Amino acid sequence: MEKVLTHDILPDREPLDLAGYERAGGYEGARKALRTAPQDIIEVVKQSNLRGRGGAGFPTGSKWSFVPSGPDAPRPKYLVANADEMEPGTFKDRALMEGAPHQLIEGMIVAAHAVEAEVAYIFLRAEYTLSARRLRRAIAEAYDKQYLGADHFGSGRRLDLYLHVSAGRYMCGEETALLNALEGKRANPRAKPPFPQTAGLWGKPTIVQNVETLSNLHHIVNRGPEWFRSLSLTADGGTKLYGASGKVKRPGLWELPMGTTAREILEEHAGGMRDGLTFRGLLPGGASTDFLVEEHLDVRMDFTEVQKAGSRLGTGTMIVLDDHTCPVGMLRNLEHFFAQESCGWCTPCWSGLSWIERLLGALEDGQGQPGDVEKLQHQPWFNAPGNTFCALAPGAMEPLQSALKHFRDDFERHIREQRCPWR
Amino acid sequence: MATVYVEQKPYRVDPDQSMLQACLSLGFDLPYFCWHPAMGSVGACRQCAVKQFRDEHDTRGKLVVSCMTPASDGTRISIDDPEAVRFRAAVIEGLMLSHPHDCPVCDEGGECHLQDMTVMTGHDYRRYRFPKRTFRNQYLGPFVNHEMNRCIQCYRCVRFYREYAGGNDFNAFGLRNLVFFGRSTDGVLESEFAGNLVEVCPTGVFTDATLKRHYTRKWDLQMAPSICVHCGLGCNTTAGERYGIVRRIVNRYNHAVNGYFLCDRGRFGYEFTNGDQRVREAQLRRAGQLEPVAKTAAAEHFGALLSAGKAVIGIGSPRATLEANFALRALVGPDRFYAGSADAELGLISTMLDLLRGGGVRPASLHDAEVSDAVLILGEDVPNVAPRLALALRQSVRQRPMRIAEALHIPLWLDHAVRDAVQEEKGPLFIAAPDATRLDDVATQTYRAAPDDVARLGFAVAHALDARAPAVPDLPEAVDALAERIAQALRSAARPLVVSGPSCGSEAVVHAAANVALALCRGGGAANVSFTMPESNSLGVAFLGGGTLSAAFEGVRRGDADTVVILENDLYRRAPQEAVNAFFDQARHVVVIDHLANRTTARAELILPAGTFAEADGTLVNSEGRAQRSFQVFVPEGDIQESWRWLRDGMLAAGREEAGAWRNLDDVVAALSATIPALAGVREAAPGADFRIAGAKLARQPHRASGRTAVLADIDVHEPAPPDDPDSALSFSMEGSPRQGPAALTPFFWSAGWNSIQAVKKFQQEVNGPLRGGDAGVRLLEAAAVNDRRYGGTAPAAFVARPDAWLLVPLWHAFGSEELSRSAPAVAELVPGPYVALNASDASRLQANGGDTIAVRFAGSVHRVPLCIRPELPDGVAGLPAGIPPIEGVTLPAWGTLSRS
Repeated sequence: MEKVLTHDILPDREPLDLAGYERAGGYEGARKALRTAPQDIIEVVKQSNLRGRGGAGFPTGSKWSFVPSGPDAPRPKYLVANADEMEPGTFKDRALMEGAPHQLIEGMIVAAHAVEAEVAYIFLRAEYTLSARRLRRAIAEAYDKQYLGADHFGSGRRLDLYLHVSAGRYMCGEETALLNALEGKRANPRAKPPFPQTAGLWGKPTIVQNVETLSNLHHIVNRGPEWFRSLSLTADGGTKLYGASGKVKRPGLWELPMGTTAREILEEHAGGMRDGLTFRGLLPGGASTDFLVEEHLDVRMDFTEVQKAGSRLGTGTMIVLDDHTCPVGMLRNLEHFFAQESCGWCTPCWSGLSWIERLLGALEDGQGQPGDVEKLQHQPWFNAPGNTFCALAPGAMEPLQSALKHFRDDFERHIREQRCPWR
Repeated sequence: MATVYVEQKPYRVDPDQSMLQACLSLGFDLPYFCWHPAMGSVGACRQCAVKQFRDEHDTRGKLVVSCMTPASDGTRISIDDPEAVRFRAAVIEGLMLSHPHDCPVCDEGGECHLQDMTVMTGHDYRRYRFPKRTFRNQYLGPFVNHEMNRCIQCYRCVRFYREYAGGNDFNAFGLRNLVFFGRSTDGVLESEFAGNLVEVCPTGVFTDATLKRHYTRKWDLQMAPSICVHCGLGCNTTAGERYGIVRRIVNRYNHAVNGYFLCDRGRFGYEFTNGDQRVREAQLRRAGQLEPVAKTAAAEHFGALLSAGKAVIGIGSPRATLEANFALRALVGPDRFYAGSADAELGLISTMLDLLRGGGVRPASLHDAEVSDAVLILGEDVPNVAPRLALALRQSVRQRPMRIAEALHIPLWLDHAVRDAVQEEKGPLFIAAPDATRLDDVATQTYRAAPDDVARLGFAVAHALDARAPAVPDLPEAVDALAERIAQALRSAARPLVVSGPSCGSEAVVHAAANVALALCRGGGAANVSFTMPESNSLGVAFLGGGTLSAAFEGVRRGDADTVVILENDLYRRAPQEAVNAFFDQARHVVVIDHLANRTTARAELILPAGTFAEADGTLVNSEGRAQRSFQVFVPEGDIQESWRWLRDGMLAAGREEAGAWRNLDDVVAALSATIPALAGVREAAPGADFRIAGAKLARQPHRASGRTAVLADIDVHEPAPPDDPDSALSFSMEGSPRQGPAALTPFFWSAGWNSIQAVKKFQQEVNGPLRGGDAGVRLLEAAAVNDRRYGGTAPAAFVARPDAWLLVPLWHAFGSEELSRSAPAVAELVPGPYVALNASDASRLQANGGDTIAVRFAGSVHRVPLCIRPELPDGVAGLPAGIPPIEGVTLPAWGTLSRS
């Protein structure tokens, strides 16, 4: 099994410096990309079936093709690495930034060339201090060798890359809220259309791309779309960083072929449940995805197949629920997070999440009342996609609605017994 | 036009709007919060959700928010769809989770948009049982009260305050259901438009702090269509009264004038009508003492003075109505009528009227100003002199960048999308003035200079536009380049505007502004001009002619006249104290008709109590030359009556039978229209007193006016007849036609289910359009042909700073420079004390620091005032606050000396 993204990452070691990275073949993809016409890069990325690793799974090449190009295109154009990794249970981008900062920079050079961006930002989660340190060093090394800045790689073009450490909000993971934050404004999401590809940062064409997505790019340029597709077990190209947290034997992060089954990740890589615990369900891609249960374990973890099973691949980092953990309590924890992180812009989100937080708290504290489950059930309808301004609340509804479906009895028991049965 | 379908019925609508706006224009009751007609759509509250269908075969549809959905051809929606209905009720339920339900003690109650929308959606049962979130409220100054617990997070306040009005001391803080809208710390809101929060907020978070001190529910107010008296712009207002006290002012929409917004001086200046400075009874001087005198005796004494005196002169007033000024002019004769403004100001106003009449220079309405796409301001501190115009100009800089949004196919009503695309891009706005202004943040370039240099820049711009316009000798290169740049911006604009006025006291500036407009017209373009006017009827009085005050003073000094009738005017604000004192010493009889006691009434032999705008009807001509009728709100107690009625009564008492023809306001208007052809249009400013709808007058009181029969029940259970109003088609009663009257006669906006000011849409032809039947007011000045118009004035010599003296220029204050609003307690809190302003290097020339006392010597007087550092004042120029005692009645600019004392 080929490791692409994590090939040169050694746990608990400093990442490769620029020299080491180059010895390992680094920056060859960037060099090659800069010799290639931007349109051809976009075409290669399209053919690779690379889909965005931030959670939504939008085809990367297609996204780039919406960016206006040519001499009349608005300038400057921007590239932003979305490194505001705040999805609960998700720590894959962190591994890439701490372990292979030059890989991200090289990917960004490729992406910036493809969309003809002159300025790039890494919008980094504030708590990722180690990533910040390592990225800063790597960026400085790249500038020193003129891999960044004026006439980088002797291409005659300029690319500036800035590390922006966020003030820290889950909301900033939403690309338009991220752009507002980057402009120094409240991190509220923006109306779409216009999409950032045509009017993004400072009103100019902008591509916002997840760290993992970007980290794949120079490999694709170097080794071709066929190779990239062949890494995957399904139609979505490439490998995927999968993770597992919860009461499994070996919580962790693994680079596996796209389309590895949930069962393989859970049982082989994470070692199965801790002794004495029974699997009840998992959130396949962070907190804002629907629960999958036993019957779904053989689903192939790619964007298409997980959706067919009624959830989303999301970030591909699963949170596992066992029988010794109260699902209501787990949900309370998650919904508290979402309620806290609501930007307060649209009514269904800020009102609904704060109510859900209160209801789940009452249930867990033994103060549930008949009708509370119905009140909870009202919210996924109220906060359905399209009813809210952005995807935050609909995401927050996914664990709630699926928990109400799969673990409804547990909710009812809390009310019936006026206590948490797990306490 | 596009065809859209609502409940499967086709409607023809303008596609350049949202479905929400289209539905509201079509008359559907669709609830909303965050959308505002002047601020467009942002999609925050989700209240206006409807079901949208792909085509006629789509039966499932999907929920969309109508404010974010374009009214493009073929759009199909259902408002009545059960899921949409349920969703809208759910939004209210969400908004209500933490709302305190304190309607009975909330000032918004009875005119609350949140109440209306709650009723409209049908949500009525509370399912949320947990504690509500609470906030600490802030002190926001004397105008606006803060009660954050009521907030529903619609973001209208912050959008208005920051994005629309350009304020930066107010923001949204925090997140989730805990967003706090206010300032970072307690303190007076800095924006002179903060009062609009009262109307922009859909519930009771921001309420009128002045109303709170004498609170009355909307349904208990007696209201009349009024015109703001606190500057020359003539914003339309609704004044509300109860028990003889004016309770508040709210905006009265006029598409061409103020739209949806007022400035705080206009909104909160009204309390002068309630103050203890009011003159409420006639007073006659007997043995040196002013004593109350009965109304008939007062009129008889007045008549006796008129018939006995050697000759009578009249001094009119730019803050009195056309009718009052005309009646005075008729009383004394045109040759003995004096306009009542300060001499220099009168000269400027006359010049501006001549220029507006002379052709080529079209006066801009406020709406014209708002949609201008290139603006040059010459010599005016617009935010302080004509605040509402500054708000319009702030929008004008958004006109040209709209191209960016259009190129990206962003609908222009999609407010935040447009702002995100446009970013900091702004259209041309050039400000040339002696000091910084609060509009500079959106200016392309500013030019700080003495008035003469401001004029030179203006002349240079005109010359750059048209070589036939007078050139400016010895112009510094940088100024020449600036003039070129301005000319280029104006030339390339579709709707250029030149703003100027009398504020820096320079004829040359005014001529320069007119020349720029003329040069643009000669170049084949259309140009508008906004000349600010110092007072509510400055331009109206100019139509009547009238001599200068010094001519009036001279006449009395020579003995040509011995009796003076002064109409609503404090001469100490118009001329130097010594000159006014001498005038009063020399005049044998002084009759003053006014509503506020002041230093002039103190010198009167006879004081006649005039009605304020709230107690008298009349016509005011605003700075664009629009004659607008303002109506009496209530019948005052005692002998207060319209100034023109006092003048009529005096004439009748003097045996002047012709005054008997003036039975009501219409008679006076007819007489003035017949006498002064330029004012013939005044008759059309509003329907006459005999106007009826199906035989009925229009009610000043809402149909819900409560307790009319109970108010006096402890005295007499018989209901008194409402007072008659001979002057208008409005009744002092809740009785009147239920139908909507003409705009000029619409006292308030109220419609079934729409109890708040949001009801205005039910009175508009379409959302943001004129009111049904056309907006109120008549423009008296339309630009004549440009052909024979010549360039006027000549460029003055460049300003040269002097080593031993400073050029003293007036600095204006939105709160303080205007006479009447100064007496309103809330406004008075914000009035600065006297000062002299210098830039830092000039201050160091005096070896003085801010706060040091400086002796200012000019025109034979000395004022000892604190020094205030204004970094942007030009070298050699000092600023004095305009209209703020004790520096009143002086002519600026003037040379003076400064010294530390």
